Amino acid sequence: MAVLLLAEVTDGALALDATSKAVTAATQLGEVTVLCAGAHAADAGQDAAKIDGVARVLVAEDPALGHRLAEPTAALIVSLAGDYEHIAAPATTDAKNILPRVAALLDVMVISDVSGIVDGSTFERPIYAGNAVQTVQSADPKKVLTIRTSTFDAAGSGNPAPVETVAMADNPGLSEWVEDKLAASDRPELTSARIVVSGGRGVGSEENFALIEKLADKLGAAVGASRAAVDSGYAPNDWQVGQTGKVVAPELYIAIGISGAIQHLAGMKDSKVIVAINKDEEAPIFQVADYGLVADLFEAVPELEQKLG
Amino acid sequence: MKVLVPVKRVIDYNVKVRVKADGTGVDLANVKMSMNPFDEIALEEAIRMKEAGTASEVVAVSIGVKQAQETLRTALAMGADRAILIVAADDVHTDIEPLAVAKLLKAVIDAEQPGLVIGGKQAIDNDMNATGQMLSALVGWSQATFASELKVEGEHAVVTREVDGGLQTIKVKMPAIVTVDLRLNEPRYASLPNIMKAKKKPLEEKTPADYGVDVSPRLTVLKTVEPAERAAGVMVGSVDELVAKLKDEAGVL
Ligand SMILES: Cc1cc2nc3c(=O)[nH]c(=O)nc-3n(C[C@H](O)[C@H](O)[C@H](O)COP(=O)(O)OP(=O)(O)OC[C@H]3O[C@@H](n4cnc5c(N)ncnc54)[C@H](O)[C@@H]3O)c2cc1C
Repeated sequence: MAVLLLAEVTDGALALDATSKAVTAATQLGEVTVLCAGAHAADAGQDAAKIDGVARVLVAEDPALGHRLAEPTAALIVSLAGDYEHIAAPATTDAKNILPRVAALLDVMVISDVSGIVDGSTFERPIYAGNAVQTVQSADPKKVLTIRTSTFDAAGSGNPAPVETVAMADNPGLSEWVEDKLAASDRPELTSARIVVSGGRGVGSEENFALIEKLADKLGAAVGASRAAVDSGYAPNDWQVGQTGKVVAPELYIAIGISGAIQHLAGMKDSKVIVAINKDEEAPIFQVADYGLVADLFEAVPELEQKLG
Repeated sequence: MKVLVPVKRVIDYNVKVRVKADGTGVDLANVKMSMNPFDEIALEEAIRMKEAGTASEVVAVSIGVKQAQETLRTALAMGADRAILIVAADDVHTDIEPLAVAKLLKAVIDAEQPGLVIGGKQAIDNDMNATGQMLSALVGWSQATFASELKVEGEHAVVTREVDGGLQTIKVKMPAIVTVDLRLNEPRYASLPNIMKAKKKPLEEKTPADYGVDVSPRLTVLKTVEPAERAAGVMVGSVDELVAKLKDEAGVL
């Protein structure tokens, strides 16, 4: 049984953490071939080859693959699909854009956000914002799945696997890239950070969000936010944690001025240690917190930042 | 241009989900059901396009149990012109899979010839995030998912998408399939007079057989369980105590 795993490649660089976690899941299914696709993907291919458990790497380079538009990337995967029983990818926004399309082109169901692998056709996945976990068995000849990286450990590094190049498939030419507005940051990436500090509506303004960022920087942490904080313009969209944002499971998650709506909990309740700081002792976030502090964040957060020094 | 908006009847997002003790699924009998929040946003966008003169007609489609009629009446009350209900299940606990939904929507597209489909990026029940992408693959139209901005300019649509790293803008050929994220707009509430008017708007009822589509599931649900509970935590009285606990007890600092 063979698995084709679409690596997460952004502007030519491999997202090592997300890809390595997906490799851990994929090795439970069979021999893993990693596909690195992009305008430039050769370097990413070399990096992917060093992930432990990877048997082979395919590199596809073409300008049309540059911004991971769904149509050309899906066409490429479908052109390679014949050799594989499983087609997988880490559950990033790119993969969620591409893999359902691949599944439909192959006339099979996609299985999104797999959090556990029972066997080659049986998978666990969260539903209802993580309020239930479903075990599903696929009757399809090929299984197309995205893997929730927060529930798998990253594979280590090993002896480099062979790298081959593959040709681009026909690009349906339905869409073109215009621009990316990606925030550059020196902070760790949200989904792979050891510590995440998140702020909610309670933080009150974009300026006040500096308090959250300062604490995060002191801890070498990534910054997260609730939907309310993002909607109110305190924080950019890529910081949103939750059912429709990112799913994180750091060693330490600090929720500040966040009430703890189920949609937010969906993105962080698998964190190892959860701290909540909220002035309302009834806030539901305290039900999932290991350590709760009822306090005004404008006093507690600067004090915490200072005492960590 | 006609705009097609698929809407799903799901458990209301405020309802606390209860997993049935026998592991067969989530209890949906006698709980509040609503239109999937993402679909409301999609519908709002289509209605605004009609108000702005870019769209000529807004058609809402729902696939599921007969009770999805209520969801479609809400869509009509918000401003959709007419509605199509495809009754594909008898039991409220039956979830029609995205692949089957996409096949039915393709058949509706063949019959209705819309110029644009706007749908939600995911349904808050199965959280699959797949129908729009699958539909786009089946009809061979362009695909723009997770939209937080949508501008239709003649032969093209310019769509800003919410992606992991921030925002991406793409230009897609029309006709297109667009799925929407939360920040595209804020949907309106249906007013009482519009709720009354909606009762007279056309709502056509169909079955999958009318379209020759097989909706049998590809995935069998073996069991549904509650997620692992977290052990109860403690309240701390001060920042000092918090720091001490994090250092000595949790060992995370
Ligand atoms: C379809 C759908 C999807 C969603 N997806 C997500 C998602 O992915 N992520 C997400 O986060 N939400 C999501 N939501 C929104 C979610 O339901 C909540 O509305 C949101 O999480 C609330 O954010 P919040 O906790 O910051 O704000 P609020 O609920 O308003 O809470 C603010 C908290 O701050 C506290 N506070 C105020 N001032 C202070 C102070 N000075 N000091 C200390 N505490 C203070 C208050 O006591 C309160 O508990 C979604 C909703 C829907 C319908």
